[in-house]
Amino acid sequence: MTRVSPKAIAVIALGVALAVPAAASPLRDLHFGEALFHAHQDEYFDALERLDAEIAQHYRVDEPALDSLIYHIEEAEFSIGDFELHYRMHHRAGRAIRAVLEADVSDSVRNEAAYRLARIHFQKDQPEPALRVLDAMTGEIPVAIRADVAFLRANVYLALGRAAKAIATLGPVQDAESLAGFANYNLGIAMLRDGKPKQAARQLDRAGRVRSGDPATLAIRDKSNLVLGTLLLEAEEFDEAQGFLDRVRLSGPYSNQALLRAGRADLSTGRFERALVPWSVLVERDVTDIAVQEARLALPYAYGKLGVHGRAAVLYGEAVERFDVELQKLDASIQNIRSGDFLEALVREEIRHDKDWVIRLRNLPDAPETFYLVGLMASHDFQTSLQNYLDLDDLRRKLREWHGSLDAFADVIALRRKFYEPRLPEIDRTFRRLDAQVRLRLEQRDHVRERLEGMLVAPRADYLATAEEQGALQALERVAARLERDGSADAAALRARVARLEGLLRFRVETEYHERLTETHEHLRSLEADVATLDARYDAFVRTRQAARQSYVGYGDALADLGARIERNLARIDAVMQRQGRVLETVAIDELEQRRARLTEFQNQARFAYADSYDRAAKAQAQ
Amino acid sequence: MPPLARSTSANDWPHAVLNRHDDEHRKPKLRQLAYWNAVTVVVFALLLISGSAWADPKAEMQGLDEQVQEIKSDVLGIAEELRRLEEKLLFPSNTQVAVFVSMPSGNGFRLDSVKLQIDGQPAARHIYSFKELDALEKGGVQRLYTGNVATGAHEIRVEVAGKLASGAEVRGSEAIRFDKAAEPRLIELSLAGSDVGGVRIELGGR
Repeated sequence: MTRVSPKAIAVIALGVALAVPAAASPLRDLHFGEALFHAHQDEYFDALERLDAEIAQHYRVDEPALDSLIYHIEEAEFSIGDFELHYRMHHRAGRAIRAVLEADVSDSVRNEAAYRLARIHFQKDQPEPALRVLDAMTGEIPVAIRADVAFLRANVYLALGRAAKAIATLGPVQDAESLAGFANYNLGIAMLRDGKPKQAARQLDRAGRVRSGDPATLAIRDKSNLVLGTLLLEAEEFDEAQGFLDRVRLSGPYSNQALLRAGRADLSTGRFERALVPWSVLVERDVTDIAVQEARLALPYAYGKLGVHGRAAVLYGEAVERFDVELQKLDASIQNIRSGDFLEALVREEIRHDKDWVIRLRNLPDAPETFYLVGLMASHDFQTSLQNYLDLDDLRRKLREWHGSLDAFADVIALRRKFYEPRLPEIDRTFRRLDAQVRLRLEQRDHVRERLEGMLVAPRADYLATAEEQGALQALERVAARLERDGSADAAALRARVARLEGLLRFRVETEYHERLTETHEHLRSLEADVATLDARYDAFVRTRQAARQSYVGYGDALADLGARIERNLARIDAVMQRQGRVLETVAIDELEQRRARLTEFQNQARFAYADSYDRAAKAQAQ
Repeated sequence: MPPLARSTSANDWPHAVLNRHDDEHRKPKLRQLAYWNAVTVVVFALLLISGSAWADPKAEMQGLDEQVQEIKSDVLGIAEELRRLEEKLLFPSNTQVAVFVSMPSGNGFRLDSVKLQIDGQPAARHIYSFKELDALEKGGVQRLYTGNVATGAHEIRVEVAGKLASGAEVRGSEAIRFDKAAEPRLIELSLAGSDVGGVRIELGGR
């Protein structure tokens, strides 16, 4: 039966489904858009930092309904979980998603959150909690994730050893376009586990015929054909096996294994010459691959079967030499890792920007032989540890940079203090003087306004007399007072004249009352405009004055606290990196030593076989 | 069939190797487990004393993973606080102006570079990488510039270079007036290729 791990395939498929969602259009919140901008470039730390701040701000404002994030808040809450998942913060991702589950949201939103939470559990090797979350889903499941939910559920069943349940779950989604190849493959594996080899073969055959241009789908197609070919090979159905092995692409990731097994199928049916074809192709490939190393033994073996012992002896001799070179490389790699070169090479900046960095690592001086580690590096545990190590290195760089920024902030604050502190007292004095004058004028304005409002009810024409008129009236009153006690005829004439003049003045004031009232209101409105300008300047001054003070006061504690937190985390990072590095080194050395042991076995076999073939060739020549 | 390691004949090769080979992805784990079990026995006393060594690499990896997650959480907290502090210190709200760049999706416009001036003074210049362009096309919004201006009327001038879907190189520029009040001023520039050639530069309506 097959030795293929179904869970490994499930992870591939989930990887396909784990993409950062594009922004729902139209995007209304710039800060959310900024977080997405970073997330789409795989800069999840920056994305998280911005979105965390934006969501916190959204819940802090007095009226969140007026905040622009309100249009995206559900999407933002989901995105936080996604970003945390991408940044390998499963605990926080789980909490973020649980928060959505507990919120008052629609079935469709809750089910999408449940799917994400179940996915986290499954990725963390926790199939039981994953199943509980999936079982708790009720109501409408969004169409976009319906097939993915079924696929995840089937994988969870497989991880729990419930193959029959997995078959029942995968059946309805086996033709889903988004799962092309993956669903059939996993269905085939589930059937194998359920003891249904014939049905399994049909499913694997279907997966092995899927049409696609997607590299992941093409890889699963190759894998399906390889697995089915291997199963038939083990069942000694060699011709059928050959057909499936021939379907595997010669350039794909499974081509070496397929070529090795194709030769084996020919060999098993006694077609030794045909076996030479795939193995001759295989021996020309990268010798660090296990299949290629085996082909180095298989090819001379086939020649031996054909009775061409001389050629077999030459090829065995070459294999011994080649294995010797590889063993030396492995020894050097193990030594390099022990001396710390591996970890140093991993964090080199120029390597990390290259998607083929694992391969490129070998080109660096003093770097270990990473071709022998490619398989190990692809494993989930090693990847997690490696990514953690790299993440810690990133965080350490950031913290060191920030520590430098804190010093710069302290300098800026000191300079501002030096600039503002001697100037502010004089500025404040001038401001207080001007402020007193302004207040006086405002009181006068209020008084005038009150009078005008009163005149609307009880008209007072004398209030609207000009200063000249008021002066003239007062002068006339004084003259009238002096003439009052004078009984002469001239005085009487003067009194009449004073009365006439007063009457004239009062007549003018009374008759022009309405025009004057209108004009006074206009003046008051004009004054109000001036007062508004004055208020704006006052506010601007107060803000600037506050900003000046806030630019250097109150930062001491915050800076000290941040400095302490940065130092504390730098120390923690150093300690954890050291331990993480030790784990990586140990696992890598263990892997290389295993490869070394296997290669040593191959070399011993080649050495014995070389002697055997040489003897046979010599005997044949003697006859 | 004689065991592989003891093979003395070239005729022994294929069955032995292929049978072993099918177990390839399981064997390392078993061997690893055996190794770590041995390590556990040997260093058990040391474990108790030091508290820092580890018995099982998987458990050790998981334990470290938990610690790394805690550190990430702490550092994110520091980053947020530092950003708030930086904003308060360097870009207070009464003077802050920030310029963002976005692109409508599906326009086919390939943005090469953006140059920004505020009130006649150079403020920012950016040349776009493939990843940045991809992020913009997927709906991301780039913060191009954050700075300070006094309250009142100002002008930004944007110069854009890029390629249309047809491959034709285009350039465009636009002067946009804006008012700065007491609160932070966020300006979104939406850049796209124009149907009639050239570049369309618009203020975003967010």
